[in-house]
Amino acid sequence: MKVLVPVKRVVDANVKVRVKADNTSVDTANLKMALNPFCEIAVEEAVRLKEAGSATEVVVVSIGNKAVQEQLRTALALGADRAIHIDTEDELVPLSIAKLLKAVQEKEQAELVIFGKQSIDGDNNQTGQMFAALSDMPQATFASEIKVEGQSVQVAREIDGGMQTLSLPLPAVVTADLRLNEPRYASLPNIMKAKRKPLDVMTIADLGVTLKNHQTLVKVTPPAERKAGIMVASVAELVEKLKNEAKVI
Amino acid sequence: MAILVLAEHDNAALKLDTAKVVTAARAIGGDVHVLVVGHQCSAVAQSAQTLQGVSQVLLADASVYEAHLAENISKLLVDLAPHYSHILAAASSFGKDAMPRVAALLDVAQLSEVIAIVNADTFVRPIYAGNALATVQSHDAIKVMTVRASAFDATAEGNNAALTLLDKVFAARTQFVSQSLTVSARPELGNAGIIVSGGRGMGSGENFGMLEQLADKLGAAVGASRAAVDAGFVPNDLQVGQTGKIVAPNLYIAVGISGAIQHLAGMKDAKVIVAINKDPEAPIFQVADYGLEADLFDAVPELIASLG
Repeated sequence: MKVLVPVKRVVDANVKVRVKADNTSVDTANLKMALNPFCEIAVEEAVRLKEAGSATEVVVVSIGNKAVQEQLRTALALGADRAIHIDTEDELVPLSIAKLLKAVQEKEQAELVIFGKQSIDGDNNQTGQMFAALSDMPQATFASEIKVEGQSVQVAREIDGGMQTLSLPLPAVVTADLRLNEPRYASLPNIMKAKRKPLDVMTIADLGVTLKNHQTLVKVTPPAERKAGIMVASVAELVEKLKNEAKVI
Repeated sequence: MAILVLAEHDNAALKLDTAKVVTAARAIGGDVHVLVVGHQCSAVAQSAQTLQGVSQVLLADASVYEAHLAENISKLLVDLAPHYSHILAAASSFGKDAMPRVAALLDVAQLSEVIAIVNADTFVRPIYAGNALATVQSHDAIKVMTVRASAFDATAEGNNAALTLLDKVFAARTQFVSQSLTVSARPELGNAGIIVSGGRGMGSGENFGMLEQLADKLGAAVGASRAAVDAGFVPNDLQVGQTGKIVAPNLYIAVGISGAIQHLAGMKDAKVIVAINKDPEAPIFQVADYGLEADLFDAVPELIASLG
C-alpha cells in the first residue's frame, strides 16, 4: 500500500506573528519556519504504517516556492521514502491546492492519503476534505487512531461531543488530529540519509491543472486588544470583583 | 437568491449553534432556509421552523443520513446548491467535515470560521490562531462558509416556517462503526455562560473533580487546555483552543493553564477572563482581567467555599 502525505511549510507554532503596518498581510519575514504540526503527525503515522508492514512506500508532497524543500527534507528524515515539490510562488487557496494534489494522486495512485487536519497559519481545515471530494474518495477527518484492515481503514475520530469510529474502503483520505501520535525526532543519521532521498520538482503546468482566482484578500488587521487586567491579592478580592465590578457571578 | 443553513443536531434536538448561524445568514440578507438532514429527526425540523427569520425548513430524513457523514450529505447539499447564493454551517466538527466537500464539488472556495459579515460577498475570518483577522472578498457565484457560532447571538424563536420534505437519497461508502458521546448534566462548552477550565497544573484527572465542583456552584461548563487533554486528564471534547472548541462565555476561569498561543485562540473573546496560576510569568495573565497568583490547590477550594 502506497501512502501519500501532503505537507505544508508554516510559521513555527511558538512564534507569535504580527500584522504588517499597511494591513496587507501578516509579516512572515525572517520568522522561524517549520513543518505544520498536523502534517508532521500525518507523516509520522504514514511512517508507522510502513514500519508495521501495512504500507510499502510513503511519498510526501508540498506546494510552494523552493523553501518548502526544507520541510520535505524534514519529512524524509522522519522516514518518508520520496518527495515531490510543486514549485510555485503563488499563494493558493485550499481548493487550488486540492486540485494540484488530485493531479499528483492520479500519477501516484496512493491507496491512503493522510493530511494534517489544518494548517496553523490559514486555519482553514479544508484541503483534505476538498481533495477527497475531487478524487471521489471517502474521508475520515480529525483522526486519533488509524487501523488498516485489508482493503479498508478503520478510523477513530474526535468529534464535538466525543469520539466516532468509521470504516472506509480504500482508497481513502484521513486527516490527522493532535492525538493520533507523537512524532519522533529525526536522528542525525536519518537527516543525513534524507539528503540523498529522491525529491522531484514539478510545476503547475507540468501537472496540467488550470487554477481560478476565487477571492481577494481585502485587508489583514490585528484583533482588538484586551484591556490590561489587574492582579488580585486573594480569593476574597477576586469574588468581590467578579460580583460587584464585572458583575458576572 | 436564498441562503441555506445546514442545521447542527443529534437527530433528537437542534443545537443552539444553528440559531447563531441563522443570525449570520440574516446579516447577509435574503430568504433564509434551514436544511435538516439526519434520521428520524422531525422534532429537529420542528425546532428549526420556530427560528425567527427562517422562511423554509427542508427535511431530508433517511437512514443513510443517521451518522451525519460528510460523503453523502455533501452530495445532497450540492444537489440543492443551484437555488442558493450562500450555504452556511457552523464551524463544528460536522460543518468542518462536510462543507469543504460541498465547496470542492461546486468548484468554489470555502471561507472557514467566519466571525463577521461585511456584506453579501465580503467576510472576516481569523487566521494564525486569531492573531490576525483577514477580510476576504469572494468572487464565487455560491459562497460556501462555516461560521464561528460564538461570534453571533442566537436568533429568537417564535416563528412557524414552512416545511418541505426532500426525498432524494445519496448513499455513502463510508461505514459508521460506533460512537461514544460524553454525557454531562453541565451546559455545553459552546453555549455556556461561564466556563471553568483546567490545564496541566491540575496534575491529574482526579483533580478535575475540584473544577467540576466549582463549575456546579456557578452553573458552568468544564473545559481544558490541550496539555490537560494530551496528558489524559480529561477527554478530547473538553479541549478549548485553536484546534478544539472556540468559546466566548461571559466568564472564563483558567486554572493552572499557562496560556499557550493555541489555547488563547480558543478563549480570548470571553467577556471576562480570570486566571489562577502560581507562576507569575504565565502568559495567561496578559489576557486576564483578574489574575490571582496562587497555588490552585489552595485557591480553588477557597473559591468553592466562598461561593457558598
